[in-house]
Amino acid sequence: MNERIERLRKESFEAPVTLDHERAEIVTDFYIENFGKYSVPVTRALAFKALCEKKSIYIGKDELVVGERGPFPKSVSTYPELNCHSLEDLEILDTREKNPYRVFEKCKQVYRDKVIPYWRGRTMRDRIFADIGEEWKETYAAGYFTEFMEQRAPGHTTLDGKFYSKGMEDFKKDIAEAIASLDFRNDPEATRKREQLKAMDITCDAVIIFAERHAELARKMAAEESDPTRRKELERIASNCMNVPRHAPGDFWEALQMYWFMHLGTITELNGWDAMNPGHLDRYFDPFYQKELKAGTITPEWARELLSAFWIKFNNHPAPPKVGVTAAESGTYNDFTNINLGGLLKDGTDGVNDISYMMLEILDEIHLLQPQANIQLSRKNPDRFLKAALRVIRKGYGYPSVFNADTVIEQMIRAGKSVEDAREGGTSGCVETGAFGKEAYILTGYLNTPKIFELALNNGIDPVSGKRIGVETGDPAGFETFEDLYAAFEKQLHHIVEIKVRGNQFIERMYADYAPAVFLSVLTDDCIKNGKDYNDGGPRYNTNYIQCVGIGTMTDSLSALKKHVFEDKTFRMGDVLTNLGKNFEGSEAMRLTFANKTPRWGNDDDYADDIMKRVFNSLFNEIDDRPNTKGGRYHIDMLPTTCHIYFGSITGATPDGRLSGAPLSEGISPVQGADRNGPTAVIKSCGKMDQIRTGGTLLNMKFMPKVLQGEEGLDKLAKLVRTYFRYDAHHIQFNVVDIETLRDAQEHPENYRDLIVRVAGYSDYFCDIGLDLQEEIISRTAQEEV
Amino acid sequence: MTGVIFDIKRYSIHDGPGIRTTIFLKGCPLSCWWCHNPESQSAFSEVIYRPDRCIGCGACEAVCPVGAIALTQRGYVADPDRCTGCGECARVCPAEAREMIGRVVNVEDILKEIEKDVLFFDESGGGVTFSGGEPLSQPGFLGEILKACRERDIHTVVDTCGFAPREAFEKIEPFVRLFLFDLKIMDPEIHRNFTSVSNELILSNLQWLSDQGAKVIIRIPVIPGVNDNEENMEATGKFLAGLPSRPEVNLLPYHASAREKYRRFGIPYRMADISPSSGERMKELSDRLAQFGLAVSTGG
Repeated sequence: MNERIERLRKESFEAPVTLDHERAEIVTDFYIENFGKYSVPVTRALAFKALCEKKSIYIGKDELVVGERGPFPKSVSTYPELNCHSLEDLEILDTREKNPYRVFEKCKQVYRDKVIPYWRGRTMRDRIFADIGEEWKETYAAGYFTEFMEQRAPGHTTLDGKFYSKGMEDFKKDIAEAIASLDFRNDPEATRKREQLKAMDITCDAVIIFAERHAELARKMAAEESDPTRRKELERIASNCMNVPRHAPGDFWEALQMYWFMHLGTITELNGWDAMNPGHLDRYFDPFYQKELKAGTITPEWARELLSAFWIKFNNHPAPPKVGVTAAESGTYNDFTNINLGGLLKDGTDGVNDISYMMLEILDEIHLLQPQANIQLSRKNPDRFLKAALRVIRKGYGYPSVFNADTVIEQMIRAGKSVEDAREGGTSGCVETGAFGKEAYILTGYLNTPKIFELALNNGIDPVSGKRIGVETGDPAGFETFEDLYAAFEKQLHHIVEIKVRGNQFIERMYADYAPAVFLSVLTDDCIKNGKDYNDGGPRYNTNYIQCVGIGTMTDSLSALKKHVFEDKTFRMGDVLTNLGKNFEGSEAMRLTFANKTPRWGNDDDYADDIMKRVFNSLFNEIDDRPNTKGGRYHIDMLPTTCHIYFGSITGATPDGRLSGAPLSEGISPVQGADRNGPTAVIKSCGKMDQIRTGGTLLNMKFMPKVLQGEEGLDKLAKLVRTYFRYDAHHIQFNVVDIETLRDAQEHPENYRDLIVRVAGYSDYFCDIGLDLQEEIISRTAQEEV
Repeated sequence: MTGVIFDIKRYSIHDGPGIRTTIFLKGCPLSCWWCHNPESQSAFSEVIYRPDRCIGCGACEAVCPVGAIALTQRGYVADPDRCTGCGECARVCPAEAREMIGRVVNVEDILKEIEKDVLFFDESGGGVTFSGGEPLSQPGFLGEILKACRERDIHTVVDTCGFAPREAFEKIEPFVRLFLFDLKIMDPEIHRNFTSVSNELILSNLQWLSDQGAKVIIRIPVIPGVNDNEENMEATGKFLAGLPSRPEVNLLPYHASAREKYRRFGIPYRMADISPSSGERMKELSDRLAQFGLAVSTGG
């Protein structure tokens, strides 16, 4: 890291997070004056144009890639047209202890006088909640599922490489051709399409204006600049911003600036989930780099400096804050931009290049919250690439995460994509599979599987709220076989998924009709060709995901009841239900029998793993292949983000010995502490899930830094990953734990049973070793980490 | 055929090449002062009790077929004279306060366990390692598993103290791809003092293995004040340099990590006052052995 990068990094790291009212004010002013004059897409496009014309332009000292969504770094915009913060929300955001957003008095004033009076009752959120129905609202409030589009626009979207060879002028030509070929005589949709295409054209002009305003400022700054080197840089920035995005980028520097304007455009237009994902930046940037290297117009050092300066820009954009009750939750500043590295090129060859390695080094060196990166590891990628990633992982940041490119591609082919589109795709957000630049793959919400099972145990009543949420499936005390119990679960599952999907379909239409993503549609194939919006089935592929949470908790709960109630008859169902209701108070022996004497998932034990497969199949059969409203299909993901904590908090005690309110298992990781046969057993158990039939799974593994020490530790970890991927696994990430974690493990050993530590000539479970040895390891680790 | 094992560790990464599964066989003819697995020395199964985990439910007392368990101030304690080590109490204990150290298993069960990780072995060049205890203290059982592993093309390592009848080595040698051979002390009397047996048989077995052309890595636990002196290093170096295969040497620094185990099992720990060698010291010792023309590594 040279001096400039160090300073840019520090500035970004230390900048306070503030709330920007400029976007809200410009949009509100626009709507007050213009609402009703134009079609919906044109209104949205003109509002976007107003933002591009009016928002403050910022160029930071020594920056090389320019542009911010807010008036300055880490000033986070709001989207009152989707959901409008109340004054109380602003107060909470300003004063909450964790992850606050500083709210200036001026912002509150604008909200009080203009934004709130105009938008109250008109926001997407207000309109959705007004019409979605009581049944949905009750089920949602009780915590059976979450809803993504309740606060943010559909997202989890990733751009591809098209705009590195195509400028806005070229897109405008495509749009003009599409308009010219509309068939007004035979196509009843032609008028609608024309409005959509007109709107797209407006957004192309808008981003050009936005860029040229940066050129203007850069020129002005250059004229006032006394340092000749910086003056030259500013002049170059000005010329970059005149050329891109109007035209395709001509060199490496312009390519970076090109992406950055596309990023800002899409995240200014709407607050889609997971910000915007750049896709396979290494393969998009490398051709520019190689060409310039050959021509002698760039050095590796300068390329690295440009790339680092570009990298830091992502960190200037914390996630937009939530509204309502969730504003009080701590949340995260991370907006989940996730850069893909490696994988396979369109023609099926190895996609790793010089920029892949350079980016891994930058990820390590800069290690900010954002952006995060992952590697897409194909069997055709060299081990050197995997090890370069593992060297960063070993530092304990938890990233990059590691994906199986071959599985990701196979998942997409199963879902009907062409093999070329699949290879150009990858994963975004947490672990979600998609065809970059060609697909709207929308996460619609998490599904609380153990709580649905809780309905089966309570004959359809939610024991927490006391309300009837599910259907009547009978008193389980009367069930004679495990099959009776399982059938009750499947009925409850069907009931809840029906409610969820009905809600989804309604919300999906609301966004299609009232909140089109016009600029994003320009960048997504085949919206121009189809004359349809990104939110309305315009893309080549349209997928909805439901993310299922708690399969570990679910499996172990079923396994415990199967073994101890139906097979061994150690306990009677009636007593189990009573004790669950009392949160196992006074029945510790039963709780521990469930926890310790049950075959549990994550141990490569077919008794439990077969139950997991069965639950997985139930979820798959219930959800997969349901049609959405955009010509696409539903698929399942197995990931929780942090939702297993929330879902756990509103789920009572479960028969795996979990107490009421405790977190559920996360991703496809086994229940915390249930896996006791080491990492290969976890991998074997997870490998029994047919992950090809998902759109993403998430497996977390904890390691002590010492286990991964040296070249040998690295080699063996690399082989562990490669073997997991031989089982068609989707993803793995590593937690290389620190001292705080070890301290927590001492206090709550039940959560850390799977934590492996290097002891002496061998490795062992941290919780299985004595206190003095634990202390010894902690002090040893402290020395290692100095 | 059956044998007694006390542990199976998967993803074992320090007991030979690649990712391995290590099978710990129970019973050892030596009783080294610094032994890291004191619970492995006895050849029989035994039940240990951890009062800190006990919830006092009394399930163990109820199930014990010989009435050996009774509630005392220290929890549910078993009378060692009456306990037969049947393990019923450990089976029913919900809190895992009673744990069975050692279990009788047959060859098929062990093979099934080993084969679970065969893809990891394939991918990493790993396999199975037999450790202990002293695996050669159950030569028939060990030989059968080794043979079956080789038939399945699974790489085999035996981690041995070397103290076993020659016939035992003869029996298993054809099925072992690599021996990890412990060499502790060269002087027979000092050896007897710290391990309870003389080293003559050990050295002769090592010589024999080397003569057969078996692949051997020598592992020397460096115990400060016991075997890290010049005389022992010189004798070790000379002996190894004289072997036809000139085996690679791995120096393992002593760690006090077993202390807590001794406390748990109520065995007196005779190494209490010894502190581990510094990295510098390990380097000196490694350099000293290297002077004999041996390839030496430290750690593990």
